[in-house]
This record gives sequence, structure tokens and C-alpha cells, in this order.
Amino acid sequence: MSETTPTVDSDFSLRRGIQKVVDFMEPAIVGLIYLCGWSAIIFVMAIFFFVFKESLPAITGIEEIGGGVDAEVEKLDLVEFTTSPKWIPESAKKPTFGILALMLGTLSVTVLSMVIAVPLGLGAAVYVSEFAKGKSREILKVLIELLAAIPSVVWGFIGLVVMNPMIVDVTGEPVGLNILNAGIVLALMSVPIIVSVSEDALRAVPDSFREAGIALGANRWEMVYKVLFPAAKNGLLAAVLLGIGRGIGETMAVLMCTGHSVNMPTSIFDPVRTLTATIAAELGEAVRGDMHYHTLFLIGVVLFVFAFVINLTADLIVKGIKVQENE
Amino acid sequence: MMKLKVTLSLALTLTASLLLTGCGSKDDTSTGGNENQTIQVEGSDTMVNLAAAWSEKYQEDHPDVTIEVSGGGSGVGISSLIQGLADMANASRQMKDKEKARAESELGVAPVKYVVGQDALAVYVHKDNPLEEITLAQLDAIYADGGTISKWSEVDIEIPGGSDEIVRISRQNNSGTYAYFREAVLNDNDFKLGSIDLSGSSDVVAMVEKTASAIGYSGMGYATDNVKMLKVKTADDEAAVAPTAENVINGSYPIARPLMIYTAGEPNTTLQTYLDWIMGEEGQAIVSEMGYVPVK
Amino acid sequence: MSSELNNPFASTEQEHRGKKVELLVKSCTLAMTWLLIIPVLAIIIFLVYKAWPALSIEFLLDNPEKKMTAGGIWGPLIGTFFLVLVSLIIAAPTGILAGVYLNEFARDNWVTRFINLAVVNLAGVPSIVHGLFGLGAFVYFLGMDRCLLAASCTVAVMTLPVIITSTKEALASVPMSFRVACWNMGATKWQTIRTIVLPNSISGILTGVILQVARAAGETAPILFTGAMISSRIADSGWDAMVPYGLEDRFMALSYHLYIISTQWQNVPESFKFGTAAVMIGLVIAVNSLSIGFRIYLRARKKW
Repeated sequence: MSETTPTVDSDFSLRRGIQKVVDFMEPAIVGLIYLCGWSAIIFVMAIFFFVFKESLPAITGIEEIGGGVDAEVEKLDLVEFTTSPKWIPESAKKPTFGILALMLGTLSVTVLSMVIAVPLGLGAAVYVSEFAKGKSREILKVLIELLAAIPSVVWGFIGLVVMNPMIVDVTGEPVGLNILNAGIVLALMSVPIIVSVSEDALRAVPDSFREAGIALGANRWEMVYKVLFPAAKNGLLAAVLLGIGRGIGETMAVLMCTGHSVNMPTSIFDPVRTLTATIAAELGEAVRGDMHYHTLFLIGVVLFVFAFVINLTADLIVKGIKVQENE
Repeated sequence: MMKLKVTLSLALTLTASLLLTGCGSKDDTSTGGNENQTIQVEGSDTMVNLAAAWSEKYQEDHPDVTIEVSGGGSGVGISSLIQGLADMANASRQMKDKEKARAESELGVAPVKYVVGQDALAVYVHKDNPLEEITLAQLDAIYADGGTISKWSEVDIEIPGGSDEIVRISRQNNSGTYAYFREAVLNDNDFKLGSIDLSGSSDVVAMVEKTASAIGYSGMGYATDNVKMLKVKTADDEAAVAPTAENVINGSYPIARPLMIYTAGEPNTTLQTYLDWIMGEEGQAIVSEMGYVPVK
Repeated sequence: MSSELNNPFASTEQEHRGKKVELLVKSCTLAMTWLLIIPVLAIIIFLVYKAWPALSIEFLLDNPEKKMTAGGIWGPLIGTFFLVLVSLIIAAPTGILAGVYLNEFARDNWVTRFINLAVVNLAGVPSIVHGLFGLGAFVYFLGMDRCLLAASCTVAVMTLPVIITSTKEALASVPMSFRVACWNMGATKWQTIRTIVLPNSISGILTGVILQVARAAGETAPILFTGAMISSRIADSGWDAMVPYGLEDRFMALSYHLYIISTQWQNVPESFKFGTAAVMIGLVIAVNSLSIGFRIYLRARKKW
């Protein structure tokens, strides 16, 4: 492309004109670039601001009802919110807003998915980075990327239509929509990110480490286990964290696969309900300005904070690697 | 080089025009115009099939009217109506006082209610379940918080090839069906937690179809060949009544409810014509065709 | 013992074991890799098999009819297309310029670190929270109502971080020497970017951008409350069939359509549900393979 740049063409004067205008606009464009550069910060803050804003009346008990007039509304009992397993937001008698069962639902599904996805993901990453060569490596990577390409609602559909009867047949449980179903689906969904981040981490380990290991008489497994894993441990940890983040944030697939049942889970065959699915199922129906509506946004804030902490930690860990490398 | 400039300027123009249309769309909504005769219908999942059937037929005969149908639930429809996002709200429950007050303060007019049909809430079990009838007290004991029945053996039933545990299938907690079931069957007590809460009426029936030991409730219009509708008794010594149109009209089926459409104040001409059509012969014929009970 | 003396190059006991362990590890990790890949392939094959009776050109080009039990998926398909297009128009310029800023302008200081952190966190925000944000910010605060524009803005914010990241990567692959040569000719920073850096990376940038936005279009949660609708009449032919939704209209989308027909709608033929799922996967795979092919083509053309 670079070779076409300096040619003089027939519409030279026109080009000069445009050139001048473009050059004149340079400060404006640079300003725009700076603004866009900051957009990520702006949007992260905007997301927190707007989600938090809609949940605020539940915390402060003050709601603006238009025209600058504030009204006193019911306040959310924050202790009940965090410690009660009862999620009965619509009740003819007394609504109860407890998200403990929902948090445990999210936790149980995420943990199970990690139990499945982490060993498989690490194994695949080791194979792709250490054993596979040339074309086969490229093909495997493409196929694993394909996992990430399947939309979450399709995963949900698969869980609902394919895995549900399969789990019923195999385990004899009455219902196949449960932690196990969602855990498997979520595992397959979070594997690509685990594989790609851990593969990057493994490849970042200098070859000299591998050579040193082999030279000391280590076999391939000892080399991977005793040299590569410790050297890449931060990257691998970050990969797991990002997988967890993916699991906590997933919505449609878990809505369709968990059974969506407010339950304190006791076994992997229990149907549960997650934080994300609760928002997706109920927000559409909540009356704006209602306690239920504000509380669903507060769950959104909780999810945002979870995701923020996890990503921050993963990022700091990865940064840690970079600093080490520079030393 | 030239190409790049063209691409860039194209992108800029598009962005600019987009921003302009963005502003334009805001103006549109503030006038709240209905000039192009679009009717936005939103609300109850129980009625979404019905609403879609109505709109499909009506649009065939009235090519100048476009009807957009969304579901989501009675609550969605009502809150969209309050916010001016929908022209008609389908509801399978009455508007709450809070919602009425909000509608009046935000819209300046009171919402108007039309009863457009009736729906029997059928109690579904798997087709292989030997159970034929159930009392309201049993339903209460199965579904209500603190209820004592959790196993099929407690109602003297053995499920062929299924577990003894009753799998309770319920609806998400702000659907009209949920609210009506709570009112009519649970006497306004809360539901026992741990039921499988699905977000669509047909979802419930599909789930019962696949689960031998399940029980669920949904509109009678959603019945399929693979599920069984139970006859319902108000008391042990009363006769069990099947959910049929006839029994709903003569009032003997105990859990039937009106299906309603709310509009924001008195409807405009387009809306009024549509509502008249729904209440008329053709509209009501579709009501019974879809498995619900017409008003007349 | 004696054989070792005879042949000093024969493998020792330990080396022998090493070979075996290596083989074991290799086959174990390979098995794990396939354990991930086989389900995907099986799922795709199963979906296509179940969808086969429905898959046809008419299925793609016809609108849903008779309460989704007949016709096809044209309305949702074109809705998803417009969702992608409008999101792209909003997110691409912002994201690309942000990538330019981060790769060309930003110095290594706390501000840049802060921005990078924000990019990472934006990417990690759960999709349903994006949906909440879209509802609070675009639908209510900016008064857009639920419509294509509001949903596209929501999806645009969601894809912004990935666009920034892929732009940064594409820009970083332009050798520093190109820039230095241009500066030495007396060009300003912006001139350098405009005439050298962008032309040499624009195709890579666009591939990444389109891929990411296409992926985001498969998401349901962000459009759930910001503009997706179940059904509406769409013209069967002509201009109105090609552009059925204005920016201020609600729209049908494939992802929402699949959710609705698989959970809420009655009597929808199995093959329609599987067909919709298969079309969604097919589209994503098509966009993916196009971008991979394009990447290979670009790599082959690269002269440095």
C-alpha cells in the first residue's frame, strides 16, 4: 500500500485543497482522538452511574417523582437483602428481597463450570502451546474459538432441548434443568477464554526455561509441571479469573438451563437461580419506580462490582507478569 | 489514499446523520404521534398468542394499520402503557392501585379497562400421571409456603417411571398468572420457594410434558396432547369440574379469570376501531379458536 | 548393562521413561482438547440435522407467519443485520480512534494505565448489566424509548472494548520504522497516522471490528429491555422488506426470536427452533471464516 502514496495524480489541486482542510482540522481531530481515548473510562463510569442511579431509591428511601419533588418511599432492608435466602419480591402480604439463594445459585453454577473448564482448558492450552505444531495448532485454535462464537441463547437452547432429557435419562433425576446442566454449558462457554489466555501465558515463558528444564534431565511432563506452570502461574490464574467473570456474567444460557428456581443448593442436581437470570426474567415485568424494580438494579450493581473486582484482580496479576518480564 | 478519505468522510457523514436522526426520533416521541397508524401492543404472556392472532387477522383486512405485538407479561404491558411506550396493554390481572396512581400522575388520564375474554387456569400434569382431579386445598398444600404436600404418595398417587417428589412448576413472580393463582388458590399466601419458575405460559406446559412427576398451572389454551388437565374441586364433597369453555361461562370452574386490555384514557379512532373489532364477532371467534373463552 | 557399553548412544532408563511420559502427557492433553472440540462439532451437526427439514432459501427470506408456526425468519434476520450495522456505525469510529489514541498518543503514565484498566473492565461487565445501563441511560434518560437506536447504542458500548483492543493490536503491527521515516519527512503526528499508520492497518482493524460486532449481535440480554420485540408485520417484498425498521422502531432480532420461540411460543415446529439456532451459528461461522481468510490473505500480502 505504501508504494501508492507519493504518486502525483490528475486531481492534484483538488487533493491539495482537501489536504489543506484536513490539515487545518488537525487540532480538532487530535482532540476527538483524545476524547475517544477516554471513552472507555467515561462509559465504565456511566454504566455504574446509571445502574446505581436507578437502584438508589431502594437505598435512600427518597424518590424523585418529577418536577423536582421528592417522595419518601420504602427503604430496602440491606441486611435482609444480603442474608435472607427468600426472594419473594411480589407478595400479597410482605415482599422479601433476599438474594442469598441467588448468590449461591450463581456461585454453585460458576464453581462447577470452573471445576470442569479449568483442567480441560489448561490441558488444551498445554497441548496447543507445547505439542501441537504448524497447521494442526492453527486448526485446533480455530475450533476452540468456534466455541466462543456460539451465541449464549443457542447454548441455552441446547441446554433446554438437548441436555435436559439427556440428564434425566442418565441420572434418573426428575428434572434435567439444574446446576449440572448449567455448569456443563457454562464450562464450554468459558473454555475459549481460559485456553487463549493460558496459552498466551505459556508462550510468554522464554524458551530458555524449557531448554534448561530439558537439559537438567526433566521429561516433558516434569518440564510442564515444574517449570512452565510455576513460570506462567500468574497468567494461568488470570485465565481462571476471567473464566469466572464470564460465568458470573452469563445470562441467557443460565436462565434457560438452571431451572430458575429459588433454592439453597445442596447437590448438583438441584435447580437453582442466578443473579443475572433473575434480572432478565423479572425486570421486564417490574413496575418502574417500584421497590422490585429498584432492587433488580441493585442486583445489577452487585454484579457490576463482582465483575469489576474480578477483572481488576486479573488485570493486576497480568500486569505483575509484565513487570517481572521487564526486570 | 483517496479511498481512505472517502471511507473516513463516509463514516463521518453517517455518524452525523445518525446523531441527527437520533435527535429527530426524540422529537417524534414527544409528540407521541400515531399518524402512521401503528398500534403498539404489549403485555401478558397468557394473551400474547391471542394478541398475535388478532393482529395477524386484523392486519390482513386493514392494510393501513400496523400492529406491533410484544409479550413480557402483564406488568411489562402496564408499565409500558404508563410510560407511553405502548398503546394497549394486555393484562391477565387487574391493575394495582399503585399502577393506577402512577398512570394518572404520568399520563394525566385514568387508564380504561376492557374485558376481552376469559381464561381458565388449568392445572397440568404429565399424561401418564394417574391423577384425574385435585382439590383447591391440595393445590394450596402443594404450592403454598408452609404447605404439607411435597410427595405424590401423599395424594395417593404413584408416578409410573417417575420420582415420588412433586416437581412444582410455577411462573415468574410478576406474571399475571402467578398473581391470579396466588389470589385464587393460595388465598394470598406466598408460594413455597424452590419451584421451577418459568417465564412463559407455553414453557410450563412444555416442561410438564417432559417431566413425569411435575405439576404446573397455565392457561387452558396452552394444552397439548402430551399433558393432562386436572378437574378441580372446591371441596372434597363437591363435584370435580373440568376446565372447559362451558364451565367457565356458567361459573362452575373455580379458577378462571378475565383477560383485559388497558388503554391510556379514551382510545383514539384507530385504537377504538381495533377494540370494537376485537369485541365483535370476528375477534371473539378468534378467542375461542385460541382455546380461551369469549365474553359473550 | 552390556548393551549400554556396546552402544553409548542408546537411550538410558530415564530417557526411556521420559519418552513414555511425554507420550502419555501428549495424548492426555490431546484428549482434553478433543473433549472440548467434539461437543461443539456434535452440537453443530445435531442442530443442522434437526434443522434440515426447515432449512431453505424460503426459510431465510420469508417472514414468520401464523404465530411463528409457518414462514421463515426474514424479519428477525434483517433486524439483527440492522442491529449490527447501526452498532458498527456508532462503535467503530469511537473504538478505532480510542485504539489510535492508546497506541499512538498515550504515554506510559497513570492516565493510560487507568484507560487500559477501564477497557478491561468494560469488557468484563456482564451483558445483562449492559442491558440495565441501556435501559437507564438510552431508553429513559435520553428518552429514546425502546427502539433500534437504543439497542444499537447498548450493543455499541458493549463492543467498544473489544474494538479498542483489536485496533490496538492491528496498529501495533505497523513497524515503528514506518512512523519514524514519516516524522523525519516533517509530517505531524496526525499526518503520519492518516497517511502511513491507518492505511497500513485499516483492513486488519476492520476485520477485527466486524467480527466483534457480529459476535455481540448474538447476545440477547442487552437488547431484551432496550428494543427487541416479538412480532410485527413486515412487508414481504420491496423496499419495506429490505428496510423494515427505522431507528425509532422496535425490531425483531434472531437471538430474541430464538429465546421466544423456544420458551414462550406454542406449537412452533421443532425444525424452526433448530433452524433459527443453526442459522445463528452459521452466520457467526461465516463471519469468522471470512475474517480468518482475510487475515491469512493480509499476512501473505504483508511486505515487512
